Amino acid sequence: MERKLPLWGAAAIVAFVLLLAWAIIPALHPMPKDEAVADQFPNDQFPSTYKPLPSRPVVIRGATILTGTDKELAKASILLQDGKIAAIGAKVPEPPGTVVINGRGKFVTPGIIDIHSHLGVYPSPSNEATQDGNEAVRPVTAEVRSENSVWPQDPGFTRALAGGVTAMQILPGSANLIGGRSVVLKNVPSRTTQGMKFPDAPYDLKMACGENPKRVYGEKGGPQTQMGDVAGYRAAFEKALEYRDKWRRYWKSKSGDKPDRDIGLETLALVLDKKIPVQMHCYRADQMATMIDVAKEFGFRIAAFHHAVEAYKVADLLRRNGVCGVMWADWWGFKMEAYDGIPENIAMVDHAGACAMIHSDDPIGIQRLNQEVAKAMAAGRRMGYRITRAHAVAWMTRNPAYALGILKQTGTLEKGKMADVVMWDTDPLSVYAHAEKVFIDGALIYDRDNSRLSPRTDFEAGQEGNGGSGGAGQ
Amino acid sequence: MRVMLAACSALIGFATLAAAQPSGAPRSLQTPPRPAAVPKPVAVGALPAGSAATLIQHGHLHTVGGLGTLNDGDVLIEGSRITQVGAHLTAPDGAKTINAEGRPVTPGLMSSWTQLGIDEVDLVAETNDTTPNQAIDSAAFDIADAINPDSVAIPVARIAGVTRSLTAPPACSEVFCGTGAVIHLGNGPDLLIKRQAGVVVDLEPAGGAKQSKSRPDIWAKFRETLQDAREYWSQREGYHRPGGARDQRSTRIDLDALGPVIRGEEPLIVRAERASTIRQIVQFAGANRLKLILVGGGEAWRVARDLAQAQVPVVIDPNLNLPSSFSDLGATLQNAARLDAAGVTVVLQPRSNNPAHDAGTIAQMAGNAVANGMRWDHALAAITRNAAQAWGIADTYGTLEPGKDADVVIWNGDPLNVTSAPTAVFVRGERMPLVSRQTKLRERYRDLKRKTPPFGYR
Repeated sequence: MERKLPLWGAAAIVAFVLLLAWAIIPALHPMPKDEAVADQFPNDQFPSTYKPLPSRPVVIRGATILTGTDKELAKASILLQDGKIAAIGAKVPEPPGTVVINGRGKFVTPGIIDIHSHLGVYPSPSNEATQDGNEAVRPVTAEVRSENSVWPQDPGFTRALAGGVTAMQILPGSANLIGGRSVVLKNVPSRTTQGMKFPDAPYDLKMACGENPKRVYGEKGGPQTQMGDVAGYRAAFEKALEYRDKWRRYWKSKSGDKPDRDIGLETLALVLDKKIPVQMHCYRADQMATMIDVAKEFGFRIAAFHHAVEAYKVADLLRRNGVCGVMWADWWGFKMEAYDGIPENIAMVDHAGACAMIHSDDPIGIQRLNQEVAKAMAAGRRMGYRITRAHAVAWMTRNPAYALGILKQTGTLEKGKMADVVMWDTDPLSVYAHAEKVFIDGALIYDRDNSRLSPRTDFEAGQEGNGGSGGAGQ
Repeated sequence: MRVMLAACSALIGFATLAAAQPSGAPRSLQTPPRPAAVPKPVAVGALPAGSAATLIQHGHLHTVGGLGTLNDGDVLIEGSRITQVGAHLTAPDGAKTINAEGRPVTPGLMSSWTQLGIDEVDLVAETNDTTPNQAIDSAAFDIADAINPDSVAIPVARIAGVTRSLTAPPACSEVFCGTGAVIHLGNGPDLLIKRQAGVVVDLEPAGGAKQSKSRPDIWAKFRETLQDAREYWSQREGYHRPGGARDQRSTRIDLDALGPVIRGEEPLIVRAERASTIRQIVQFAGANRLKLILVGGGEAWRVARDLAQAQVPVVIDPNLNLPSSFSDLGATLQNAARLDAAGVTVVLQPRSNNPAHDAGTIAQMAGNAVANGMRWDHALAAITRNAAQAWGIADTYGTLEPGKDADVVIWNGDPLNVTSAPTAVFVRGERMPLVSRQTKLRERYRDLKRKTPPFGYR
């Protein structure tokens, strides 16, 4: 039987609930909500405010499409709608209002993803005021984040865009054993770094092997040796284990003193929880093998070895342990641990069944990752491997997306994924190719044929030297 | 130099390296090698020095010279020289013939302003002879004293088609950086083609870190040194007598080294980026009758007319399009094409952080210049003939023409495309094996599954 609650009764209940809330909430107040709710470390600071730019449906009709999934579709079309890849194949629907682009003679690939960039943290122009990539004050700085250094007005972002780069991981430098968190950005013009943040991309932790930490700290208290490097990683993660245990005990008991918060150890605890994978700068084969053991000891995950110039020596080890190799096409020899670099590296790692990819680590190189992939492919072919261009394209699209944990959203041209797409004026694995149109989430962000769609940064505005223009097409 | 080293690949400002620890005695081997399983060596020894004639037939010849391009052309190499170029040449008795089957044939490429031969491992001090160890400027710092014909970087560049190099000190932000030389990348022991090929001067303040010198400091020092050199050379005989000369800022050997420079015989290789600095040095060189070669040239396109008029060759990396400092805000991908269109002698050269090891990317640079508006044949000239002219060796190198040194490359595709590679490289008539330390490492690790012989025996 239905009973009507008198008005005063409802009001009393509301008042009671509010009173209760008022009593409880302040007690919780200083504690971040995640801790209270889920008994876990918070991991959502500096949330993304990225919103795709407005777009109309676009069809690129009759192009050669390299999907990033090893497929090459001749005379194929792709429909970008509402920010997503809505259809791809021989024929695609053209909803009313669709912008149709003639793709004859053109090539279409997924947007390029550079898994190793310092744009924004080592921006152009390079001077004392802009060196924000290495917090080289002590060897373990897990507490810092590259996103807090990124200068969104770095002109390098625009140039990378003109090279077809739609997303990139911005890493702290490699002065430190543990250099801090990286951030994954969409390559869109933005006033703020949050406005570029790739929605829901996991954070990663930058760590570095070998010569660099030794060089920086060898005479500043160490590490001075490779064994010092390894001891440093292990000591840091041992502390993180203790820290995590302390908090777990606290969450479990729901009583006792709240442990002090340490944001560096918090990051490492999230690494131990496998919520933050490690992006590990290691050149030499033996360094990689050692780091695989360290990761096993503490139970964290290394997503990829970066600058892995000797990956070809241990490609089987990388495959077995599910760690990707992030490589240059032909950089070598600039320091001792780069002395054994060879141009077949990427092809050999790929051939061994491990996950292989290109990276730039350079504001000029990032503009031509397609050429670097072409060189790596050609070197592999010359040593007798059969490598299709459809396969090689994955070295700059699918594989970096995989290693960054964003393959579900981007990295290949598949229905439902973000419409991060590049149209090239010719075979992208050629020195003569230009990214003609670059789409991010379906919006045309760069158009080589339309200077109004060539974004430029504040820094470049009104500078005489560039004729007052600057920007992506400079 | 590009100012910022890649942040992770090599950190800026390296401290003294800890002394290398001697390794202990080698560990005894668990598995002795089985001789039967040792693979055959991959390398082919260098062929005897230009002993027999070689006729390259049916090449798509890009002579970069008066003969232009021949769709089906032959090149006859006798000894160290090219003796004939044309269609359907007759092979002399005993000549080897190579059928190029229509593939492109070009002159060997020339790397301009690299550290090939003087820099084995950049961050290993004992192998790096690129800059004066004392923080002083010096024209007498002569890299010809340091050329290492056994550098493993040389074959790496060579199998990418590079047969010559203007090896010189990098920009040093110390005004006078030292003297360069032209070398060939063929068989040693003597690689020197031309000593005193130019004195490097850096007129831009150091970027990236604390500015040690401002432009007026640099210019004052630059002018004073040249004035000293003139004064010294005008009374050189009496210079060492008491009262023979006033005190000079530079040492005698530096002033000696500047003799050919003030006489306009040896070029000043001036690194300048900012348009105003370029304008200033072009005027200065003209007024003082100095032979000038501009390197860097980030904003050179803005001074294109002056450079063309003064006939100053410009060595640029066509891919630099970032305001890497306040000196090159106008850097653009159009630089090469604009200079070329204005009639400037353009020389293309990668300006990476690591020029000795990246020398082989020069064809890629030229390809990119084409992608950004330069004519293909001009871009090829920019890494062959124009370099020869700039460095004063055009009488012996730079084109496929009778009488020139036989630096010849056969390619498997468009020489300027990144997917192409040489199939044969001749340096001064000698066919060089397409082998490097890199190809040896590749073969060592080609097969990771093979159990024998162990890696250490491959």
